[in-house]
Amino acid sequence: MTRTRSTLRTAVAVAASALALALAACGSPADAGPSMQVWVLQDKALNPVQQKVTDTYNAGKPSVRAAVQPFANDPYKQKLQTAIGSPNAPDVFLNWGGGNLNTYVKAGNVTDLTAALDANPAFKNSFLPSVLDGGKINGRYYGVPMAGVQPVILFFNKDVLAKAGVTAPPATWAAMLAAIDRLKAAGVIPIALAGSQAWTELMWLEYLLERVGGPQVFADIEAGKPGAWSHPAVLTALTMIRDLVDRGAFGTSFGSVGQDSGGADALLAKGKAGMLLMGSWEYAGQLSTAPEFVQNGRLGWAPFPAVEGGKGDAKAVVGNPSNFFSVSAKSAHGPHAISYIEKTVTSPDYVSGLIKIGQVPAVAGLSAQLASGPNASYTTFVYDMVKDAPSFTQSWDQALDPATAQKMLTNLQQVFNKQISPQQFVTAMGT
Amino acid sequence: MAREPRSGRPGLVWAVPALVYFAALALFPMILVVGLSFCSWNGLGDPQWIGLGNWRKLASDPQLGSSLWLSLETGVVTWLVQTAICLPLGVWSAGRQRSRAVVSTMFFVPLLMSSAAIALVFSALLDPNFGLAGLLGPWLGVDDGNFIGSPGLAIWAVMFVITWQFVPFHTLLYQAATRQIPVVLYEAATLDGAGRWRQFFSITVPQLRNSIVTSSVLMLVGSLTYFDIVLLLTSGGPGTATRTLPLHMYLTGFSSFDMGLGSALATLLLIAGTALSLLVVRVTGFRRMASVREGL
Repeated sequence: MTRTRSTLRTAVAVAASALALALAACGSPADAGPSMQVWVLQDKALNPVQQKVTDTYNAGKPSVRAAVQPFANDPYKQKLQTAIGSPNAPDVFLNWGGGNLNTYVKAGNVTDLTAALDANPAFKNSFLPSVLDGGKINGRYYGVPMAGVQPVILFFNKDVLAKAGVTAPPATWAAMLAAIDRLKAAGVIPIALAGSQAWTELMWLEYLLERVGGPQVFADIEAGKPGAWSHPAVLTALTMIRDLVDRGAFGTSFGSVGQDSGGADALLAKGKAGMLLMGSWEYAGQLSTAPEFVQNGRLGWAPFPAVEGGKGDAKAVVGNPSNFFSVSAKSAHGPHAISYIEKTVTSPDYVSGLIKIGQVPAVAGLSAQLASGPNASYTTFVYDMVKDAPSFTQSWDQALDPATAQKMLTNLQQVFNKQISPQQFVTAMGT
Repeated sequence: MAREPRSGRPGLVWAVPALVYFAALALFPMILVVGLSFCSWNGLGDPQWIGLGNWRKLASDPQLGSSLWLSLETGVVTWLVQTAICLPLGVWSAGRQRSRAVVSTMFFVPLLMSSAAIALVFSALLDPNFGLAGLLGPWLGVDDGNFIGSPGLAIWAVMFVITWQFVPFHTLLYQAATRQIPVVLYEAATLDGAGRWRQFFSITVPQLRNSIVTSSVLMLVGSLTYFDIVLLLTSGGPGTATRTLPLHMYLTGFSSFDMGLGSALATLLLIAGTALSLLVVRVTGFRRMASVREGL
């Protein structure tokens, strides 16, 4: 899951393979003197910030200059997949950490950054530890956070909750179930869910498993330990989901609602639904599509509720820790690439640039800077949530290998649609 | 007797640009795909030769049967529905009346829209809360407007959109073909006392035979490539309810990054498409190239 999920996201996917081929045919631009390629995602807000710090880096007259190359989101993954082992590999490349990065690490395409980080403790300690861990594979660091944190947050419509007699966002699962019943009685959809896109349903499973079983259950699944899917907490979490569906927590037509098409966002903003579980990018999304809803203070946010009797810490978060910069093993400019990363991603210009465009950097000690910036109450909430989190579990569809992730999303959607039972999900994933 | 100029058929040289183009962009990739179907490759590193591994996996793939059936169902249903709509509509719009011309022009609008645009429009229309689906649903027995989210209905919603997209094109085929039918046939039939219906079934439909075959081949073989609409509308969901064969191929290759298995699926599609078009052409006797105007 990335922040750039827009309405056109999937439309772009159609042209993706053709484009990927076309891009693969292109070489690197001829430039005076040696230069290294820095691959990033196209992002109208972030790219100028990246360009600025890169210009500053190049102005220091390094022996190898850095050149930033932005790519569209969906073709990027395919482009990277085919280029990383080839002579056209980039020197520095953006990735999502976790399983995505692990694929490249396993193929021997990524430079181990552990020694470099240990040699520069000031740099290493400048990151929020739970986020920096997103770039760790088998105890070694292969990626460094280079964008804002994106935890999944429970958003709500304050008016709708108040009208239904729900005075505070639910802090416990019992309160959640009570709120659902009240919202239902008030004639609104308790929770907006974009069920036509399974990754939105996945957020429920991610948080419930985290609360019920703690972070180790998914860590085992991610590590591919045999029988990991059969952990009783998985079945419990899925049964809770099924209970939500049976209660009508998501209404009856959630399967037709889309996230990319804005269907779920509109339900929340127009007061037709009470709550929405979504990545932190939801705030910026609502701010652009329903500015008055946000500016009038009707949009509320809260951590995912605690589950009574669960093993997980109520402060643990799930979502996308960050995007990461890694150095490809094929790079002819390895030390320069590492130096580029060290000199840019925590530089004051970069950090303030991120805050200015509404992102919450994964850098320690920013409370005061965020409090005086735009959307301070929201960015401070996100920052504190991640700063205080004992663990930050990466979105499963990013953390798992692509084939398993596909299978899991399909099966999960079938659980939500009552086509298969929670037990059948466990059985299907276990084989 | 003056020697007849050499008949107008140009030599093979004339076909070279087209052949080169076809070989480089169709034939060559096709051969690569067939080769890749015997390899294991996730896009990283070099493909590993694994012989029949992917084909064995394919034989035991639980999704394959369902995907095949969905593609077949989509193909046959959209072919029947589209033909039932396009043939009469094409004949009707072939009339020279100005009102028909105006209505036809409006009707051809979907032809100008890209598949991506059509899919985005329909995902908005099919939104149960803010789209037309919520309003029209109760009339169709779906109270909550849950079309693309319902495992039973999603494929029908997809077929509806596909039909909407392609009806104008096939109508255009029939309209053009109808205008080619010699007026004398109708004049003679009128003199003989044949009514409107009789004329339609005894003159128009037989005269359109070749167009019907062309349109059917395009629809049936085309149904094996219905992909963009499905991807953008449902991504094959809910669950696997609309995971047609081409979509199954795409998701296997480009989402699961199992390029070998994806290539095996692509090869299967290639064979199925070729077989289907040969079959239709043979069954309809299109190959004989018999004229429908003999004796005119």
